[in-house]
Amino acid sequence: MNVTYPAASFRQNATPPAASVPLLGVQNLNVSFGPAHSRRDVVKSVSFTVEKGRCVAIVGESGSGKSVTARTLVGLTGARSHVQADRLTFQGKSIDHLGDTEWRALRGKGIGFVLQDALVSLDPLRPVGKEIGEALTVHRAIRTGAELTERVLELLKLVGVPEPAVKARQLPHELSGGQRQRALIATAIALDPALLIADEPTTALDVTIQAQILDLLSETRERGKAVILISHNLAVVSQMADEVIVMRHGEIVEHGSSEQIFGNPRHDYTRSLLKAIPSVQSRGSRLSSYKAPRFISAERDVTKALAQSDIAQRSRPLLEAEGLVKRFRGPDGKLRTVVNDVSFRLGHGETLGIVGESGSGKTTVARMALALERPDLGEVTLEGALWTAATEKERRQRRSDISVIYQDPLSSFDPRWSIERVIDDALARRRGDPLDRASRRSEVSELLDLVGLSSSFRNRRPLELSGGQRQRVAIARAIAPRPKIIVCDEPVAALDVSIQAQILDLLGDLKSHLRVSYLFISHDLGVVHHLSDRVLVMNHGVAVEAGAADDVFLRPRQPYTRKLVAAVPQLRFQAA
Amino acid sequence: MNAAKMIGHQSLWLARRLLSGVIVVWAAATFTFFVQFLMPGERAQIIFNANSGNVGEIPRDQLLAINAKYGFDQPVIVQYGRYIRDVMHGDLGQSYVQYQPVTDLIGRQIGPTIALAFAAVLTAWIITITTTVLFAGRDNIWPKALGGLQVFLATLPPYWLATILLVVFAIQLRLFPVVGGNTLMGLVLPTIALALEIYGFLGQAVLSEFTRVLDQPFITSSRMRGTGDLGIRLRHALRHAALPGITLSGWIIGKLLSGAVLIEAVFGRQGLGGVLVAATSTRDVPVVSGVILVSAALFVATSLFVDLTVQLIDPRMKEA
Repeated sequence: MNVTYPAASFRQNATPPAASVPLLGVQNLNVSFGPAHSRRDVVKSVSFTVEKGRCVAIVGESGSGKSVTARTLVGLTGARSHVQADRLTFQGKSIDHLGDTEWRALRGKGIGFVLQDALVSLDPLRPVGKEIGEALTVHRAIRTGAELTERVLELLKLVGVPEPAVKARQLPHELSGGQRQRALIATAIALDPALLIADEPTTALDVTIQAQILDLLSETRERGKAVILISHNLAVVSQMADEVIVMRHGEIVEHGSSEQIFGNPRHDYTRSLLKAIPSVQSRGSRLSSYKAPRFISAERDVTKALAQSDIAQRSRPLLEAEGLVKRFRGPDGKLRTVVNDVSFRLGHGETLGIVGESGSGKTTVARMALALERPDLGEVTLEGALWTAATEKERRQRRSDISVIYQDPLSSFDPRWSIERVIDDALARRRGDPLDRASRRSEVSELLDLVGLSSSFRNRRPLELSGGQRQRVAIARAIAPRPKIIVCDEPVAALDVSIQAQILDLLGDLKSHLRVSYLFISHDLGVVHHLSDRVLVMNHGVAVEAGAADDVFLRPRQPYTRKLVAAVPQLRFQAA
Repeated sequence: MNAAKMIGHQSLWLARRLLSGVIVVWAAATFTFFVQFLMPGERAQIIFNANSGNVGEIPRDQLLAINAKYGFDQPVIVQYGRYIRDVMHGDLGQSYVQYQPVTDLIGRQIGPTIALAFAAVLTAWIITITTTVLFAGRDNIWPKALGGLQVFLATLPPYWLATILLVVFAIQLRLFPVVGGNTLMGLVLPTIALALEIYGFLGQAVLSEFTRVLDQPFITSSRMRGTGDLGIRLRHALRHAALPGITLSGWIIGKLLSGAVLIEAVFGRQGLGGVLVAATSTRDVPVVSGVILVSAALFVATSLFVDLTVQLIDPRMKEA
């Protein structure tokens, strides 16, 4: 990007502080929530400083206190929070115990803040330009309407939004995910704040868009601004940060330069986080130290399982898709081809990964594989028999051969059902030998055990479970009817990296234990590479490239695959 | 989507909505026409009773004469065709009882009814916006108190409230006329009585949506830009919270057109509700049909207006 920052048009806030004073100083910060008698500590004794022109990353899982720490810096921890610190300074002035007016003067002007997912972080009913303009008008930074319009367009251009004049008048949902995130960043840097805090700025974005947003944040730092980057994605952090703070349960467990944290991590937790990242190197090894007790006694060699799947591939395919085409009518009444001539085969005990960015048609392919969507052209066959072309009545007999796991299991559970009922319901659909009530009961325990949950979970409800536990229940439900194939649609996209590692390990264990095949759909190349034998790369509804996972990801032939692979942030400074 | 296509899309939508509105009114006309045959008693007998002022068996010659005059001797399908033709020409027939065109009768009463309905909804909105913006989502007792008050008002019988208002403000304090007629001062008390009940429902819908929206990430995002609390409430939350309220308002106005009769009775006001009640008790079929037809047409117009307003506030609705 060659856009230069129109420095002249922005006022510098204050005279730069003396060199010895850091831009931001946090000493012994404690934050707790709730009333006095049941106070919950979420941030404990956190201290750090941020210098001008530096990027400090805070990493940790959900609930680690990283976001609360950041929100403390703009005084937005909520009405029921108690913030207490020995020292909290910004540009040499104390920002401890500020009044509402003083905080407002600081927000946006001194410290800019970018939240994740601009689709919900920009007002869906206001044009994007108005949202950016708000940042300018609330601080009375401009005088006339013409000046405001000009400044808004300047900002949109600065963050690389094409056709600024058009986009400024559009609503957030009319912009692409990347443009939205850029616009959100524009609202945060509108007054050129000395510190920009970005809380998971790329979490909802595709890899190529993620790379562009990271470039944009890097430019901000290169202009001499400080950046605090909050992320659970360690690869992203290693690309950007000068310093890394690792948080867990509200405390800093390790703090050091990027080089030290990634090259020579000292704390066990940091090491386990690094180990949990699925990548080329992790293929064939475990990501987490956790293993369901079930699989420890019946340990199988991963390579043996892979060899078995090689044999399986040569025999008749389990699921075969031939020339799938699907068109949908858009809101303007025009037909759009969402899937265009896609073919693939899935063998016994094999994992086929389908990778692509949002809108590539991968989920529509999954829905056709499940025969939930009828292809306009082409067909899917299951063990050589009609599948998509069969009638629903014929298919119902064989529905139990294919299960599915979604990204968010919560929305596919009835929230009032107990876990036992969720799994029992799936067991009742098992074909062949109908189980009586008592044996179904013991089978539920068996399945829970298999996915690493104790029997005590049977009486819990979906809302009482954590994200990882819910996904385990979803897996138990999926394997209950003894399927031959499990379609996994972004099964780990909503999980923290260490939970993701456990789920991926569980899927790997089940594959060798149950000899099940996976159709594994994800936007995350590392995840797909870790688990898949073969992969299919999709772009705009077309299968761009297909082949063995290592061939496609390590030696991509097509330009699109190369671009995709190149956009994945790699861990820097990693010890060999 | 370019602008020209957007307009084409919009006018197609409007045309479709107008057509479905016509179908609703036609269905209402057809329904009221055929329902009259289910009502007990000969129509000629009703007319004879109204004419003669007493109740007695209608003589045969009179029966034939009335049947011939009103076309009751024709086959039902012919009567129906004639009725629909008349309606399309804006003729809703003659009242059996009052010897005048139904359109004149309704025309005289519709003004006060519409005035009251709109004044009440407008007043309810003013109270809703004020109390919501001031108190919603505060970290104190006020949001709960407000919610409680709304439930209380929603369950309160409005005619009882109307009677209290009448006794206190008109009879004892003499601030307003007891029987106001169509004067502006006469509109005040019935408006308040109705508005407080409407506020009970409307306020709850807007309050709960407003509270929900205040927790959305885009609100936090705006606060992080330095936007003050009032700016958050007026510029962001209110627009979102207004949407369910506007949808509800269409329903409320439709209900008030023929449903404000008790309030109208307490304050001795004219209105469509009173006409409908009187006509039903005297089995004045053309008037009953006419009021239902006019209410249906007004309801269709109101809901179209409501949908257009919703689209204006939330342009995403245009694509749905």
